[in-house]
Amino acid sequence: MAFADSDGPPDEPLIPQAVKILIAGGFGAGKTTLVGSVSEITPLSTEEIMTEASLGLDALDGVEAKRTTTVALDFGRITINPELVLYLFGTPGQQRFWFMWDELATGSLGAVVLADTRRLDTCFSAVDFFERRGIPFVVAVNCFDDDKADSYDPEEVARALGTSPSVPIIMCDARRRQSSKQVLIMLIRQVEALLSIVS
Amino acid sequence: MPDESSSNAKPNETGSPVRPYILTWGRQNCDVVRLDMISVVIAARSDVDETALEPEQLAILRLCGRPLSVAEVSAHVDIPVAVVKVLISDLIGRGHVLARAPYTSQSPVGRDILQAVLDGIRRL
Ligand SMILES: Nc1nc2c(ncn2[C@@H]2O[C@H](COP(=O)(O)OP(=O)(O)O)[C@@H](O)[C@H]2O)c(=O)[nH]1
Ligand SMILES: [Mg+2]
Repeated sequence: MAFADSDGPPDEPLIPQAVKILIAGGFGAGKTTLVGSVSEITPLSTEEIMTEASLGLDALDGVEAKRTTTVALDFGRITINPELVLYLFGTPGQQRFWFMWDELATGSLGAVVLADTRRLDTCFSAVDFFERRGIPFVVAVNCFDDDKADSYDPEEVARALGTSPSVPIIMCDARRRQSSKQVLIMLIRQVEALLSIVS
Repeated sequence: MPDESSSNAKPNETGSPVRPYILTWGRQNCDVVRLDMISVVIAARSDVDETALEPEQLAILRLCGRPLSVAEVSAHVDIPVAVVKVLISDLIGRGHVLARAPYTSQSPVGRDILQAVLDGIRRL
């Protein structure tokens, strides 16, 4: 008896369980593209309100009204079965959005750090965040320059990012569903592998 | 979304043996429950006095004939997540909406869930 008990109304609806995966990376790394390539819906966008406090700015004057600004967050959905839904959230990489990462990271299965070989440094903060929180992650290198895709090898990327050898690194093309699928499969395998170490 | 509770009878594919966490604000004096971005909500089959609701809440109720996450509701009605959470909380308090809390870091995801996710991704 999974979805009702004697106390519940007889027609209590089946509410699926939701799980999420984060797709992190710098601006233009291909987060929205990756989400869209596997999502069953066109990626949706939602807004979070940020106050100065959450931005880490001190109000200089207590009388002054707190200014707010919003940040867009896009996400996709994969219905696994009637009882389980997977959400993929593209998370902006800048450090000033970390207040949002906290909520996003809570309860997430794991994360994909999308690296753009032209700007590897833009994903340092994401790698750092997931390492510190002990959130399982993999690095997916989005190969923008199709001619040079072969010229990056995973070890080189690992060295540049300073990730441990246990963190998988995969080359991908975020525009292709098959490629994005492989990235997600590798992440779930990594989550399972870490579960084995813990238990 | 099967419109039936006969799911009790069939084996639970995700293997979770627990009853879903149905939030019932207002119905009992339960602890304050925070809605998460991926809390899944669905309209309860209750009589609704539409005049007692904000237009935004009515719009939310209409969307929630099928289960949607708080994030999806927010995107569809184009209202920031923080505001949508308040509107939905109120709907839960009035008994118009049911919600299921997502996994949290306090309850790590089990292998059965991971396997289901893996199978689901492979099927894409
Ligand atoms: N050549 C190439 N272009 C890509 C790839 N992935 C994304 N892009 C393009 O890069 C731009 C930025 O991608 P987007 O997904 O919006 O990045 P985001 O800011 O991380 O969400 C878009 O114009 C995409 O079409 C890729 O794998 N190869
Ligand atoms: Mg984007």
